[in-house]
Amino acid sequence: MPMNSLEIFLTILIMAAGTAATRFVSFWLFPAHKKTPNVVIYLGKVLPYSVMGMLIVYCLKDVSILHWSHGLPEFIAIGATAALHLWKKNMMISISAGTILYMILIQFVFN
Amino acid sequence: MDKNAPRRALKAAFPYTLPILTGYMFLGIAYGILMNKKGFGVGWTAISSITIFAGAMQYVSLTLLTAPFNPVYTLVLTLMVNARHVFYGISMLERYKNSGRLKIPTIFFMADEAFSINCSVNPPKGVDGGWFYFWVSLLNYLYWVIYGCIGNLIGNLIPFETKGLDFVLTALFVVIFINQWQEQKKHTAALVGLLCSFLCLVIFKAENFMIPSMLAILTSLLFMRGKIEGEVS
Repeated sequence: MPMNSLEIFLTILIMAAGTAATRFVSFWLFPAHKKTPNVVIYLGKVLPYSVMGMLIVYCLKDVSILHWSHGLPEFIAIGATAALHLWKKNMMISISAGTILYMILIQFVFN
Repeated sequence: MDKNAPRRALKAAFPYTLPILTGYMFLGIAYGILMNKKGFGVGWTAISSITIFAGAMQYVSLTLLTAPFNPVYTLVLTLMVNARHVFYGISMLERYKNSGRLKIPTIFFMADEAFSINCSVNPPKGVDGGWFYFWVSLLNYLYWVIYGCIGNLIGNLIPFETKGLDFVLTALFVVIFINQWQEQKKHTAALVGLLCSFLCLVIFKAENFMIPSMLAILTSLLFMRGKIEGEVS
């Protein structure tokens, strides 16, 4: 290994501090006892809606349309999850059925 | 506050975390196995998960930990990979306002999954919000730490094929997206998120698209404030 134990430990600490900073920074900038600017309140209300779309794209970032399996297992499994959720409105059913379908698709159908 | 509030909140919070409990099975165990393969035992795996606690970042750390010591690059990369937490923080300013002494741990445990639940679920009636958000976040944290250690110790012994299990988290985000969609009459903010991220993924590719996506989302939301502000209740 190119690093000694101390350097490994320091690298982990830097990552830990950096990660914590990204989590806390908004709360430091806009503390609860001070009036939060209206534009930040607005962003706080609308960002959850935008972020969820971003997280879906993030999950699919490594899917390649051009190469086999062309994103088909993902497309089918997301379609099934969404359809089931619109129909039954039960989170656990939609998520488990969608995942089992996806696992079957990539392990047996598009393998 | 009554004595049973924490326990009631735990009961209400636990079912929401089941998709995380399942999804991390693959992601956490896979992380533990990879750490093992790179020569890091359960001690290093536990220290990383307990202090860093960020899935994507810890996967990136596999390369950082097996390269020469480079603190500046480590810090810059950490801030870039985790920049999305800033959005989560802004989104949770109001909800975590009254968390009191639970606020700091709840923020420290703010991962993608805990955030997505806490920003979209209203704690049931009679359940203390501060405790509810705290439990969702703490359970999320414990699952990650424990799976990582399990993967590191006995990952190679797992008898069944877990390939594809991580789709649980994609499904979780899809389901929350639909729930949010159905709550609202107009969907500009949701569409902005999808479109900006998708376009940036096409333009900047998987490695580099998150920061441009966030800037594009921020710009679009600010630019269309007049239109969107009335849409969200």
